[in-house]
Amino acid sequence: MTLLVEVKNISKSFDSFLAVDNVSFSLAKGEVLGFLGPNGAGKTTTMRILTGFLKPSAGNIKINGLNLFTNLKRSREFIGYVPEGSPLYNEMTTIDFLGFICDIRGINKDEKLSRVISLLNLNNVLLQRIDTLSKGFKRRVGLAQALIHDPKILILDEPTDGLDPNQKHEVRKLIKKLGKEKAIIISTHILEEVKAICNRTMILSNGKLLIDDAPNNVLKKSSSYNNLLISVNEKTANELKKEILTINKYKNIDVVGNICSVKLKNSSDSIYISEYLHKKKYTIKHYSINKGNLEEVFRELTYNND
Amino acid sequence: MKQLLSIIKRELISYFATPVAYVFITIFLILSGLFTFYLGNFFEIGQASLGSFFEWHPWLYLFLIPAITMRLWSEEKKSGTIELLTTLPITTLNIVLGKFIAAWIFTLMALTLTFPVWLTVNYLGNPDNGVILASYIGSLLMAGGYLSIGIFISSLTKNQVIAFIVSVTVCFLFTVSGLPLVLDFFSNWTGEAITDVIASFSFLANYSDISRGIIDIRTIIYFASLIFLFLYLNVITLDNSRT
Repeated sequence: MTLLVEVKNISKSFDSFLAVDNVSFSLAKGEVLGFLGPNGAGKTTTMRILTGFLKPSAGNIKINGLNLFTNLKRSREFIGYVPEGSPLYNEMTTIDFLGFICDIRGINKDEKLSRVISLLNLNNVLLQRIDTLSKGFKRRVGLAQALIHDPKILILDEPTDGLDPNQKHEVRKLIKKLGKEKAIIISTHILEEVKAICNRTMILSNGKLLIDDAPNNVLKKSSSYNNLLISVNEKTANELKKEILTINKYKNIDVVGNICSVKLKNSSDSIYISEYLHKKKYTIKHYSINKGNLEEVFRELTYNND
Repeated sequence: MKQLLSIIKRELISYFATPVAYVFITIFLILSGLFTFYLGNFFEIGQASLGSFFEWHPWLYLFLIPAITMRLWSEEKKSGTIELLTTLPITTLNIVLGKFIAAWIFTLMALTLTFPVWLTVNYLGNPDNGVILASYIGSLLMAGGYLSIGIFISSLTKNQVIAFIVSVTVCFLFTVSGLPLVLDFFSNWTGEAITDVIASFSFLANYSDISRGIIDIRTIIYFASLIFLFLYLNVITLDNSRT
């Protein structure tokens, strides 16, 4: 598996403010990486460094094996980039704009244009000026310009920001589809988005990389991960809590509303409780095992860091 | 080369996609006419020449050219398209050159549209058309000087108003540095040599020969190196803004 992006110990400071603090990671084909972090965590700065828009204060970056800053022009041929807010030349028509990008990238218009136009359904707005397009279409034009040269690496800064739920769904579907062929980095603060499309998550806060793992593993860090939630008709939550304590296997039990929440070491631990409830012939109103909550991990990690 | 051409093409499209181009050309033509015929006493002089037409060009360019150049980088910075443009596989030099050449072509268009003045003077008398052609070339060269200063200043700010005001001020200094008023001020406390240097940097001093139809190689070198210097500064500033 060849690495498409290799980031080694990059830092970036603006005057005395450290925006990115010694971040390292690498990315291979087929990986869809979600950058998570509160506003000002360094997500956009990191993306700007990866595209060569900003130079890091320290560290180095390889794009498809090439040193980014000594091969700036060549490296950029491998990258498709949608900057924050998807800026476009508003006074141009869609087709003129995409044609311009083709010219700069030195690629054959006839062949490549039709591919992205159908991929992003831009047929009806080709002759329209970009400033008259809806936000959804502007986003799609932004994605089209990033995909026009079929890049190996796609860097998208908040690609679904400001879109309606249907449009978000469309964009996510597209990213997921493209993810098999490319290495993709997206930044977002919509956590469900990460679960929906990413197979790797990084949480940044104050420029530091706090977590780099698969979304499922990140969920395990959640304090509610593997909590068994139960309630029965016959007993109140507090009564149930006392009874479960008598099983002598579980120590960490909370009552949340009318539900009893039992911390399990692993999900198979629930068997003793099931057997107990079955023996007592209780009618079970609710029974579920919490899979963890990304939002919780996010808050726990980034809240104290401020 | 192909990249340079596509930058030029895109810039020109954007001039004509907004009212900027039409407003600029209209105002340029109206003002150059007014200055020539009213302030320049075109008819009273009774000569078949365009001296009174070209005489006013530095003053027209002084505030009209910063009006073209103020948005060239400021707008890209404000709307964020600078991030899109400068992360494409293209060198900063090509972008800067493209923007400059497009603005120069646009000025050439405006200048070409003053041809009725040339027709008038040819209809009324027998002017020396060689002198007129030389003056047009000189005027275009000087416009290039103003453009390169304006584009450079535009790259320093995302605020178009600031870009405009600073450009007009800097262009004004370059324009008037040869006037006796300014030179007297300097000659009071500097040597003659320095005063001469300051005078030689003046657009007016360099342009006055050309507007009389004399193309001096020194004048060409002066404007060419001025253009080169400010375009170079432009590339450096943009590249350094990334660090």
